[in-house]
Amino acid sequence: MALPLEKYLRVGKLPHIWCPGCGHGIVTQAIIRAIDETGLDTEETVIVSGIGCSSRAPGYMNFDTLHTTHGRAIPFATGIKMANPELNVIVITGDGDAAAIGGNHLIHAARRNIGLTVVCFNNNIYGMTSGQYSPLTPRGSYASTAPYGMFERPFDLCELVKGAGGSFIARSTAYHTRHLTNMIKEALKYEGFSFVDALSQCPTYYGRRNRLRTPLDMLNWLRDRAVPASSWDKMTPEEKDGKFPIGILVNQPSTELTKVYGEVMVKAAAEGGRG
Amino acid sequence: MNGSKPKLLQGNEACVEGAIAAGLKFFAGYPITPSTEIAELCAARLPQVGGKFLQMEDEIASMAAICGASLAGRKSMTATSGPGFSLKQENIGFAVEAEIPCVVVDVQRVGPSTGMPTSAAQGDVMQARWGTHGDHEIVVLSPSSVLEAYTLTVTAFNIAEELRTPVILLMDEMVGHLREKVVLPEKSELVVRDRAKPDLPPGQYKPYADYGDPAKIAPLAAFGEGYKYHVTGLTHGEDGFPTNNPQAGATQIKRINDKITYRKKDLPQAEELFTDDAEVFVFSFGGTARSAKKAVRDARAAGLKAGLIRPVTIWPFLEEPLLKAKAKKPKAVIVPEMNLGQIVRPVKRVIGDTCPVVGLNKLGGQYIEPDEILEAVKEAILRGSAS
Amino acid sequence: MRREFRLAGAGGQGLITAAIILAAAAAEHTEYNAVQSQSYGPESRGGSSKADVIIADEEIDYPEVKNPDVLLVMTQEAFDKFAPGVRPGGTIIVDDTYVKDVPPVDANIMRYSISAKAKELGREIVANIVALGLLVGVTGIVPEDATLQSVLARVPKGTEELNEKAFLAGVQAAKEIV
Repeated sequence: MALPLEKYLRVGKLPHIWCPGCGHGIVTQAIIRAIDETGLDTEETVIVSGIGCSSRAPGYMNFDTLHTTHGRAIPFATGIKMANPELNVIVITGDGDAAAIGGNHLIHAARRNIGLTVVCFNNNIYGMTSGQYSPLTPRGSYASTAPYGMFERPFDLCELVKGAGGSFIARSTAYHTRHLTNMIKEALKYEGFSFVDALSQCPTYYGRRNRLRTPLDMLNWLRDRAVPASSWDKMTPEEKDGKFPIGILVNQPSTELTKVYGEVMVKAAAEGGRG
Repeated sequence: MNGSKPKLLQGNEACVEGAIAAGLKFFAGYPITPSTEIAELCAARLPQVGGKFLQMEDEIASMAAICGASLAGRKSMTATSGPGFSLKQENIGFAVEAEIPCVVVDVQRVGPSTGMPTSAAQGDVMQARWGTHGDHEIVVLSPSSVLEAYTLTVTAFNIAEELRTPVILLMDEMVGHLREKVVLPEKSELVVRDRAKPDLPPGQYKPYADYGDPAKIAPLAAFGEGYKYHVTGLTHGEDGFPTNNPQAGATQIKRINDKITYRKKDLPQAEELFTDDAEVFVFSFGGTARSAKKAVRDARAAGLKAGLIRPVTIWPFLEEPLLKAKAKKPKAVIVPEMNLGQIVRPVKRVIGDTCPVVGLNKLGGQYIEPDEILEAVKEAILRGSAS
Repeated sequence: MRREFRLAGAGGQGLITAAIILAAAAAEHTEYNAVQSQSYGPESRGGSSKADVIIADEEIDYPEVKNPDVLLVMTQEAFDKFAPGVRPGGTIIVDDTYVKDVPPVDANIMRYSISAKAKELGREIVANIVALGLLVGVTGIVPEDATLQSVLARVPKGTEELNEKAFLAGVQAAKEIV
């Protein structure tokens, strides 16, 4: 299906800055398709990002867009949503942005259940600064700051968000484009805080160091490790090793924060508050 | 809370009431002494007046959230102290660069680091000016009474909205925690300015338009109004999109500096007391200026020609009253401040070799007492007469 | 006219509240100016507590109390620490429930079992309001009825009756002492 490009993209700002073979264009397209299929009004949708390769995406997207400071997209977006709950607020973030410098904001947004849709362009590396390891770099992988292999344990970001009370959590990859679009669509429809871990590939800084030289090698690597969520629970720990579930991982609707705050305002107006 | 009835209010409370009178609709903050009362009162008051309060997970998030809320069209504020002010600096810089109106209250306490959380200091003067990186002008106002905590908060919002910039209300623990009798102005007496809205249709709107005139500042559309524009902390062109063009970058940085220096004359000026015939000037701001005022009055009662200059706007630095003082060839300018000598630096720059500029500094959270300033005045007059 | 008051004792005795009410009564019900401040610090979590009030018919620039005209002390420690600083010839109101050792100082000393009286009225927690009634009664700095209004406006809902009794007991005690 052809998308009306001008409606969603700032065509004049293209070409984008991403390297050839980068997965971020695929994830961006999935977001745009999801917006299109959900029918969100582009004038009432705000896209917020932090710093990193992923965070350049909003610059190409024809909405109110906000490119913030490193790690802080979620609190900026929180302010927007609190100020005007009518807006659809989408956060585009990367794994360094969301899991390292901005990890605190991610868990608290999940805890609050504020109505943001956060899509993490997760290529498990710092691409913008040319290939340092992130909290999501798999153990043993090489990075410019892990020249002997990644020696720290990585996060499972979906589990982190789940632990923080996230009520809608999904995962997909740049290989599974239709599936990824559907996951983002479901996330956009969800009223509270929704999180999509969108695995993406960085052939330039991750692939080259890890014997996944071509974009195709990397996409196959994403494909081979992804397991449908429906099969995941039936697998043994040995079978799960090196793999990850994709699909909707958590969907437990609960009242969105600005709705709850609406009740606070009614109460405050009525009783005047207590010291 | 308005009206002519006298009330006993705390400085921090007055700040909140001033903010609400100015149209505050969103506060994000994090508990920190000695500014916490501001967050507590916002939590209680804002939802009563159609506003919203959120206690964020940290200071950085608080600063980020108020930027977001402001872009969504709501007047926004945060409040903090010492360590929290340090943490907020990066996003204060974002607000400067992206030209987002907002008010940041810093109730100063003793530093560096955790310092003395409950004790007064004035050690953030230079941090307020230069805390965030890069070349930037910033507006910093310093109240010295509870009433001024109210009125200057209103002014801070007006400046923020009009100049599209963060404004820092630099309080100190002395004023923040002081309770004082005040008669708040009636609503009708208050000037409350709202931000200008674009009159061009989307597509023609330039959120960072350069009119070649520092008096003209591009209006700010709210997110959701159909303008679909871009905001970034990267150096950007008039359309808001990042630029690597050195000339365009330089122009943009220059513009956000010039818009503030150009309006310096419109910012709150200095309060002057007995400066007409003064031989010794006391230059003092914030809580310490209360001691200075008493000292100058006591000096006059003792027949000593002392005068007070109390800058209300701390940054950009107001040279004018000091240049007037300098022209009188004074015997000395005394600069009491609860730090090791910060505001004294620009004072020295303006006064030059005309007369001694004497720092009177006190640390450890102790107020500078009127008698200490009076002593310095006496000494300066003696020494000046001897030479 | 400028009169300086210091209320000192232990954290939890409600002296900061009493000081705020005193300043509020002056600010909101008289022509006087008033400021109130307190020492925070480790002291505000238990330990000692000190609150200052200045009431004047002129502008109050410097808000710190140096040599109070009136000192109210509700612990021995507070007496020992602050009594020597009282302006010569000033007044010291002593809660002799807790302050037992009162060496002579150059001040007019008034003793009353403030905390014991509060306990007798129902709860020791209202000792601060008994003390306030006593202070207002002894000094006459602000009208008693105006102060009572400020008390009722600032104490927790549901405790008005007890606090009113406490305040009036303090006022009554002042009449007996003076």
